[in-house]
Amino acid sequence: MNAIPIKNNQTLKIQDIPVFPYEEFLELNTGMASDVYLHCVNYFGHLLDDHLRLYCCMADDTNGNILISSAVINPGSGLPIPSFTARHFAFHVFERELHENFGIQYTDHPWLKPLRYSHNRADLHSEIGNYPFYRIESEELHEVGVGPIHAGIIEPGHFRFICNGEQILHLEIQLGFQHRGIEQLFPEKKTLLQRNILAENIAGDTVIGHTVAFADLWESLCDFKAGDDILYARTIASELERIAIHTGDLSAICTDVAYQLGSAVFGRLRTPVINTFQVWCGNRLAKSLIRAGRNPYPVTPDIADALNRLFDAYEPDLNEMYQRMKTLPSVLARLERTGTVTQEQAERIGAVGPAARTSGLIRDIRWTHPYLRYGHIPHQPIVKHHGDVYSRTQIRKQEISQSIRYIRNLIGEIPGTGITNSELKAPMANAFVLSLTEGWRGEICHCAITDSAGDLILYKIKDPSLHNWTALALAVRNNDISDFPICNKSFNLSYCGHDL
Amino acid sequence: MMMRVLSILLILLTSFFFTGIIVRTKSIFSGRKGPGIMQPMKDIFRSLRKGSVYSETTSFIFQLAPTIYMATLLMAILFIPFGNQKGVLSFNGDFVLFAYLLALGKFFMVIASLDTGSSFEGMGASREALYSMLVEPAFFILMGSFALLTGYTSFAGIFGALHFGSYISYGLGILASFVFITIALIENSRMPVDDPKTHLELTMIHEVMILDNSGYDLGLVLYGTNLKFAMYGAIIANFFLTPGYEWYFSVPIYITVQVGFAVIVGTIESFSARFRMNHNPQFIFMFTSISLLIFLGILLGTGKIS
Repeated sequence: MNAIPIKNNQTLKIQDIPVFPYEEFLELNTGMASDVYLHCVNYFGHLLDDHLRLYCCMADDTNGNILISSAVINPGSGLPIPSFTARHFAFHVFERELHENFGIQYTDHPWLKPLRYSHNRADLHSEIGNYPFYRIESEELHEVGVGPIHAGIIEPGHFRFICNGEQILHLEIQLGFQHRGIEQLFPEKKTLLQRNILAENIAGDTVIGHTVAFADLWESLCDFKAGDDILYARTIASELERIAIHTGDLSAICTDVAYQLGSAVFGRLRTPVINTFQVWCGNRLAKSLIRAGRNPYPVTPDIADALNRLFDAYEPDLNEMYQRMKTLPSVLARLERTGTVTQEQAERIGAVGPAARTSGLIRDIRWTHPYLRYGHIPHQPIVKHHGDVYSRTQIRKQEISQSIRYIRNLIGEIPGTGITNSELKAPMANAFVLSLTEGWRGEICHCAITDSAGDLILYKIKDPSLHNWTALALAVRNNDISDFPICNKSFNLSYCGHDL
Repeated sequence: MMMRVLSILLILLTSFFFTGIIVRTKSIFSGRKGPGIMQPMKDIFRSLRKGSVYSETTSFIFQLAPTIYMATLLMAILFIPFGNQKGVLSFNGDFVLFAYLLALGKFFMVIASLDTGSSFEGMGASREALYSMLVEPAFFILMGSFALLTGYTSFAGIFGALHFGSYISYGLGILASFVFITIALIENSRMPVDDPKTHLELTMIHEVMILDNSGYDLGLVLYGTNLKFAMYGAIIANFFLTPGYEWYFSVPIYITVQVGFAVIVGTIESFSARFRMNHNPQFIFMFTSISLLIFLGILLGTGKIS
């Protein structure tokens, strides 16, 4: 018996998912994880009346398959079980979630700490105020605590540094301050529009990434074949979001090294990009642009024109500013060899998205598990090998240029207006569906399970930040504490995407 | 006496618009309109009108420090001459007192920030203390060299005599201005050593030290920065004021030097990134070396060594 392979956005019957005894389930999935081309996209539990069913989804980068397997355990027994994490560290976040939500105990989990303090956690005595921080007892070392109230105006998170003078020995990141219970809201909200709006609000800076994941998932569940115009509009929107956020990040990186010119110019360049979203759909963050089963804002020749004009003005300025920045010694001195994540570390923690690609680990859903029009674009992921802040800056510029090229090619071939899309059918009953998208921050995974009436009973969201926060904690080790902000900005991870 | 007070009046006048010019320069270079020249001063006046809030963990030191800091600065500017006009106070070796007055003010700011017990402020205090300590040799070697060259040991004596030398004194003046500009940048925690605009406590030096100061105290500390800039600007201007000129020549030269200094600071802050924290000591040592070079030049020039 083996795990069942499905493709991205494929729905299958729950009963088709093989159920293994826990030990075999553990062997199977950790065995697969030891292969660098296989990584875990989601691992979660679904609590039924008397038992907990664990689902593990492993993505195979070589053939575009996602291997689903499951096991049934009884969390009420209180018996500790062996952990995946002891075999492969990338599972640690998933097992921490299982431990937190269902009270599962592990015999050998090395880092069994609360993940996000979900409202429905098993142990309500575990509170955000008594998080078990890692400590080093020493006269020489000192602790610096930052947050949860951020000095600027971004989201809350607590960072606890253990420092030797100016040097960071260890950073522990405590999150959970943003928990809204968004996964529970999906089954509670009954209309499609409500769910669609929820998906837009999973992470405010990845509206397109998460909404496309939701829409693709829902359409697969309702056996809806999206027409060319829908796929086309979503592809353009995905790439435009990537351009907008990457540009903003370049500006923020310049701000953090106090390079005023770069900060001002990149900041100015981001505005017309998000304003194009405003022209297109009436919202600068692209909310309402994507709706499951329909295409409320098709790409018209006017929009295509606006995009062309945008890039004609944007690209020369971007190139000039970037050229100037990357030849400025004072900027390079701050970025190069700062906050390094090695390929070995990236593999071990299961890093995804640009954070993985800058360490030489190719994780790009557009390439390995194509969705929308990405199968037709000969997409080649951009890979860097140094894993430092400079690599993460370079990849942003290069991905912007790549996305501009894709959009320019796409708007040369606007699909005709005569396409009529079919109607959404009722969601399939007793179904499991998984959707992967490559947001600007990396791989987004949405999973859903329906009951015998076709009602949504479980919705699981995985934002790329879930893995990559650990990358940040590793990156800052042995760096100056004053370089932490620039490392943090180079990852630009989501708090609410993690906290859900 | 009237002319002796002129120096103080000019420094006070300059301090009102100095940071305004820096901010304006930066905004023009980044393509923004920017606030008015007087905006930083308006912000300071706003703070001065407010009451201060004190943390329960702090002692009287914390409340005392900003006032002592301001007092030391006001006293220090009494020593600054204007061309060949002496400052209000002038005696042999006054530049030593000048340096340690500034150090006293800084010392109180450092212990006040330690008084709060915040790990951030402790970090800022240790950085500020370290960099002030490193910059001290540059100042003393420089002033000592000039004392050797001119044979005087007071500000007024040194600056008065400096101009009767040959062209080499102008060369030295330019080199010394360069060192003084940098000392001013380091002492005021500006770029490229510190970034006064940042919102990130972990990278701050000066700003993180004064996190707990508010209202009137904060106003004093902020005004202290302006005053310090104007003070160093005045010292630099002294290298360019040729004695014998009437005040209606000297004052425009003085103002030009001050405005030029502010524009230079703004330009540096616009077109470069700040240093990585552990590169700062290296950078500061560089200026000690330049001071040593000036010292060596003077030794050669005066025939002390051959």
